[in-house]
Amino acid sequence: MPKLPAPPIPKALRAKPKRPGENGNGNGKPSTAQVVQEAGITAVDWIDERTSLSGGIRWMLFRKVPRGVNWFYTLGSATMFAFLSQAVTGVFLAMFYRPDATGGAYESMRYIVDDAFLGQFVRGMHKWGASVMVILIFLHMGRVFFFGAYKYPREMTWIIGVVLLILTLAMSFTGYLLPFDDRAYWATIVGVNINGTAPFLGPYLSDFLRAGPEFGANTLSRFYAIHMLLLPALIIALIGAHLYLISKLGIAAPPWLKSHEEPDLDVAEV
Amino acid sequence: MADKHKENLSKYTVDLNMPGAFEGETVTRRRFMNVTVQGLGGLAAAAFTLPALGFALGPVFSHEPFEWQIIGKSDDFQPLVYSLRVVTLVANVGEAGKSTAYVRKRDPAIDTEPADEFNQIIAVTSRCSHLGCPVRWVESAARFLCPCHGGIYDFRGLRVAGPPVRPLNRFYTLIRNGYVYLGPMYSVNSELERFSNRDPGQPVDGIGQFLYPRRFSTSVRPPTNNLPAPPPGVPAG
Repeated sequence: MPKLPAPPIPKALRAKPKRPGENGNGNGKPSTAQVVQEAGITAVDWIDERTSLSGGIRWMLFRKVPRGVNWFYTLGSATMFAFLSQAVTGVFLAMFYRPDATGGAYESMRYIVDDAFLGQFVRGMHKWGASVMVILIFLHMGRVFFFGAYKYPREMTWIIGVVLLILTLAMSFTGYLLPFDDRAYWATIVGVNINGTAPFLGPYLSDFLRAGPEFGANTLSRFYAIHMLLLPALIIALIGAHLYLISKLGIAAPPWLKSHEEPDLDVAEV
Repeated sequence: MADKHKENLSKYTVDLNMPGAFEGETVTRRRFMNVTVQGLGGLAAAAFTLPALGFALGPVFSHEPFEWQIIGKSDDFQPLVYSLRVVTLVANVGEAGKSTAYVRKRDPAIDTEPADEFNQIIAVTSRCSHLGCPVRWVESAARFLCPCHGGIYDFRGLRVAGPPVRPLNRFYTLIRNGYVYLGPMYSVNSELERFSNRDPGQPVDGIGQFLYPRRFSTSVRPPTNNLPAPPPGVPAG
């Protein structure tokens, strides 16, 4: 295995050369800064010696990337940060939300938006962030498609990405019911009935989504559980697999880069 | 090395000089452990996966009992005028379990489908058979209009225009002691023949009834010999 490049340490953190007679020659006490620095190094070393995490982190972050990468390559990360934002805001919204179809759900949403401190802001982040995530995931897919980055050997990354797209849309569908106002209710009625138009299995899929033949008491809790437990777990697992494959296979060069003409210059270190 | 196993054609562990091998033994201990551990692991995983899956899928295969409900006296309804009634499809979920029905008396001049005891009062659901939005009866147009995607139905609930795939669903109704009882919903095709309750968007004409089969969860028509009592103190009309 080739030697991995050392992480670039900022100038402020690099050890300064010692002056004659100064601390560190074995005589005299170390300064407070040195003690703190030493403590930090010791703690990190303790973990690294037992987990070898630094190798994995360097493998992940200090990769060679092709020349010519540009801002379009950040769309995937942007989607991931949109998801992280959804996850964080969603966790805190769940602390106030009640999936109660008899009126508690709407009342808890009203409390979040009207009364809770920063509730309207956090709920707004979650609501608008959902749209942002869907837009970003489509832009990211468009980038990968038009740059041809889905081709060998990255087909598996593409397939996982498509599953992530479907899961994201499923998140949008299940999350839309949760405010439990008229718009949410009727949109879900229509959405479930659209699912039901699939031949043969459609009627049973509708019953599964509704937890019964009609929209009932368990429909909202079912959507809530899928929205905040099942789908996030799957998405987190698949994002992990997506990132692993990206690190393993490297980033595809932009299609206009003619690497065969300048074989020495087709990689640049970051 | 690759051919090493090919040479050992004997299936008996004794012939392979394995320590502890006994006469007639064919399964090596390594293989026995592999099968056992994988089998037990699979069993343990199935022990929590299958019940959880069955639990999640249960509502598809079970159906809730449906009770007849009183929607008024038989004198409350006229032959050519629709009255709006709020009906309860799912109990104990408040507004989310309610729906509406347009109710009128049967008029043999208009209602040409065969009469029986369940359609002396015609109760048409407000649920659009396109995707389930609530239709409303517009008197000036003499049509049911759907606000979502423009479905239009005539006085009997038959599709006139727009995306709906079949007429509006109906409810079983029953007149007993002057009261009108409302039962579960059923679907009808364009000839107003009865089919078990289908969801909106699922045609029942022609091949449609086979593409969208009957669900296990559909409420069956409850027996008519055990109707809930009318409200006390109100004389039957």
